[in-house]
Amino acid sequence: MDKPRIIVGMATCGLAAGGKPVHEKAKEVAAQLGIDVEVRKTGCIGMCHREPLMDIIMPGRTRVCYSDVKAEDVPAILESHIKNGEVYKERLLGQFKPSSPDIQPYPDTQYYDELDYNKKQVKIVLKNCGFIDPTKIDEYTALGGYEGAKKALTAMTPEQIIDEVKKSGLRGRGGAGFPTGMKWQFCRNSPGNEKYIICNADEGDPGAFMDRSVIEGDPHAVLEGMLIGAFAIGATHGYIYCRAEYPLAVEHLNIAIEQAKEKGFLGTNIFGTGFDLDIIVKEGAGAFVCGEETALMNSIEGKRGMPNPRPPFPAQKGVWGKPSNINNVETWANVPQIITNGGDWYASFGTEKSKGTKVFALTGKINRTGLVEVPNGIPLSEIIYDIGGGIIGGKKFKAVQTGGPSGGCIPSSLVDTAVDYESLAALGSIVGSGGMVVMDEDTCMVDMARYFQAFCQDESCGKCTPCRVGTKRMLEILERIVAGKGREGDIELLLDLGSQVKITSLCGLGQTAPNPVITTIKYFRDEYEAHIKDKSCPSCSCPALIHFEVTPDACTKCGICVKNCPVSCITDGTGGKKGEKPAFILDEECVRCGVCFEKCPFDAIFKHSGGTRVDKVSAKVKKES
Amino acid sequence: MSVQELDFSRVDEIIKQTPNKKGALIPVLQKVQKFYGYVPIESIERIADGLHVYPADVYGVLTFYSQFKLKPRGEYIVRVCCGTACHVKGSDRIAEDLITKLKVAVGETTEDRRFTLEKVACVGACALAPVVIVNEDVHAKMTSDETRKMITSLQKGQKE
Ligand SMILES: Cc1cc2nc3c(=O)[nH]c(=O)nc-3n(C[C@H](O)[C@H](O)[C@H](O)COP(=O)(O)O)c2cc1C
Ligand code: SF4
Ligand code: SF4
Ligand code: SF4
Ligand code: FES
Repeated sequence: MDKPRIIVGMATCGLAAGGKPVHEKAKEVAAQLGIDVEVRKTGCIGMCHREPLMDIIMPGRTRVCYSDVKAEDVPAILESHIKNGEVYKERLLGQFKPSSPDIQPYPDTQYYDELDYNKKQVKIVLKNCGFIDPTKIDEYTALGGYEGAKKALTAMTPEQIIDEVKKSGLRGRGGAGFPTGMKWQFCRNSPGNEKYIICNADEGDPGAFMDRSVIEGDPHAVLEGMLIGAFAIGATHGYIYCRAEYPLAVEHLNIAIEQAKEKGFLGTNIFGTGFDLDIIVKEGAGAFVCGEETALMNSIEGKRGMPNPRPPFPAQKGVWGKPSNINNVETWANVPQIITNGGDWYASFGTEKSKGTKVFALTGKINRTGLVEVPNGIPLSEIIYDIGGGIIGGKKFKAVQTGGPSGGCIPSSLVDTAVDYESLAALGSIVGSGGMVVMDEDTCMVDMARYFQAFCQDESCGKCTPCRVGTKRMLEILERIVAGKGREGDIELLLDLGSQVKITSLCGLGQTAPNPVITTIKYFRDEYEAHIKDKSCPSCSCPALIHFEVTPDACTKCGICVKNCPVSCITDGTGGKKGEKPAFILDEECVRCGVCFEKCPFDAIFKHSGGTRVDKVSAKVKKES
Repeated sequence: MSVQELDFSRVDEIIKQTPNKKGALIPVLQKVQKFYGYVPIESIERIADGLHVYPADVYGVLTFYSQFKLKPRGEYIVRVCCGTACHVKGSDRIAEDLITKLKVAVGETTEDRRFTLEKVACVGACALAPVVIVNEDVHAKMTSDETRKMITSLQKGQKE
């Protein structure tokens, strides 16, 4: 590299945070300053809470990452870093470790890996994400890309590859955690000369984005994994089924496939071995159930995406009736490094039964949101506090939802639980695909259960009665509870219905749909009881059960609440007339929108429900790294 | 656009450009929707004929997947994310505000065909929740106020 290089984070999160204007500005400013630079793009490095990110590499120096960059910051950063050779401290996040001894680090500059957010992470799957330009295959191969595939195809037998994957202990990252090597073996042993491999990139869990980031940021890792898997299984056709809501991921996949074909990593006679593989991207069309493997295959065939009973399993009779092997994006992306570095190396991370690392999408009421990759078995508390930086605004941590609509909640009292397949299952939740939505004291757990139930009911394909009707009945009960119309016995009814739906549904959607309800009842039964018996919401969140009130002494009669109330149910308080009374809310007319609560500049409005009272504290929440 | 004015030759072209008809129904419908903004009911028989399937199969697929729309949509498609991360960060409020502001229900289009309001279950920007998507642009960390302001400026015909 002989020119300075500027790299802007332009994954979906980077773009949403304003990466594009930064990218444009960087080009413009470089031209103005008359410096010859290359301006490139990269994917998501996982620090979504600090986007937009902009990195600069000077020849012979370490790569430096700037965060929270706005277009107007760009001139100062470039001037300082590129022209004057000095790190611009104000937007500095950290420098990367030198990749070789000739690379000189900057003095007094923190290392990126040593930031609190990164210290406990181990990056295998995310190794290249946010580091390389995903639209340039050369950047992938420069870091050892396609070496694993070359080794597998030219120096290993299919059996040896499968043994290596078995040795690594890799388990499916799509939710169920089935051992990957064993799955490949089944498909390999299945009779037939036409076989398919499939990458499940449907990522249906709303609130999770690991697969999106991997595909957007490092698409070749997925392709390379599929190439190795296809060779081991003896499949010559591949599909990647990608969620329609991820246009950038689809774009990057198509670019990657084209480039891989040009380089001879896909197509015919790969690495001169006579092995052929073609891979096609299929865009989903917006149905959660299509993440289920048999539904996904029906969808690939152009049909309604409804699940089939298993057996036959995909390994026997999959897409187009042929033996098929389906794995999740993250599962595939692990494979190249397992082959390159060996199964034992991979198995050295994680626990006895859950080997390697897992990527989680950390979201919700947590300070540092983003993608984290941690060794399996790490205590949940380290993810929430050490990596995530705890709860926004210093509020109380209540629970975390793992596994999305198929998973369950883990209450704060169990925050020391090890995060691995077995431990989470023992609590009634699952690791799932890797969503982690953090909830604080203001989140109502009954409403969360209602939310997930509504999602499952909406997404139920309707093929079998327990799921189609059962989720509907459960939703109705939950809706009446949050509306303050819950009845004695509703909790028992939910548990009873839930267990029936679980055992009698055809596919995983119905079999897991009651989990959020069952776990919230298990850990937060008192919240259900308060809703049903006292008609109150202990989190002051369910609109039907809360009241807004003004503290007369704190009200300055500024009139802001009066002006903003959408139904004009606040009297007085405008300070217009002499001796006028403080604002007063007519509870019968109030629609509980909460606008007055948010807008009152003097924190004079509070909400209450039953015995709980919530005051607004508009102290500015400080940004943390 | 009334039905008579719709030119369906594009549908035939799309089918013609699909040499392998096996499993092509969903991609063909996606292309039709991309071109027309929705899948006109009147195109169903043409598609069925072209791909050698029954019209009922086409209709079945159209109604199964939430991506397909059978009604014309507005110039601006405003989608509120209602995924878990956005829900926890208060996206319900934003959706309700937009219903009041645009005076349409979710899934509906304003009379002047300028705005369609939709909900979406996650676009993968969960770390920056809550998000609102206008056409292809994802707006991060939205509030009700900011959303309203953005819509007002679009209503005035300014570019976002
Ligand atoms: C309702 C439902 C939705 C699913 N959604 C996904 C998904 O979005 N992504 C995924 O990889 N697996 C999903 N799965 C799991 C798949 O059926 C399958 O187990 C997985 O793709 C296998 O890959 P793995 O062994 O690599 O995990 C879903 C399962 C069910 C029942
Ligand atoms: S469990 Fe639900 S989603 Fe699965 S097949 Fe039955 S109705 Fe469809
Ligand atoms: S906004 Fe607050 S201070 Fe102003 S009138 Fe209303 S309650 Fe009183
Ligand atoms: S919560 Fe909404 S409706 Fe009720 S008084 Fe406040 S602004 Fe008015
Ligand atoms: S939950 Fe809204 S973008 Fe994922």
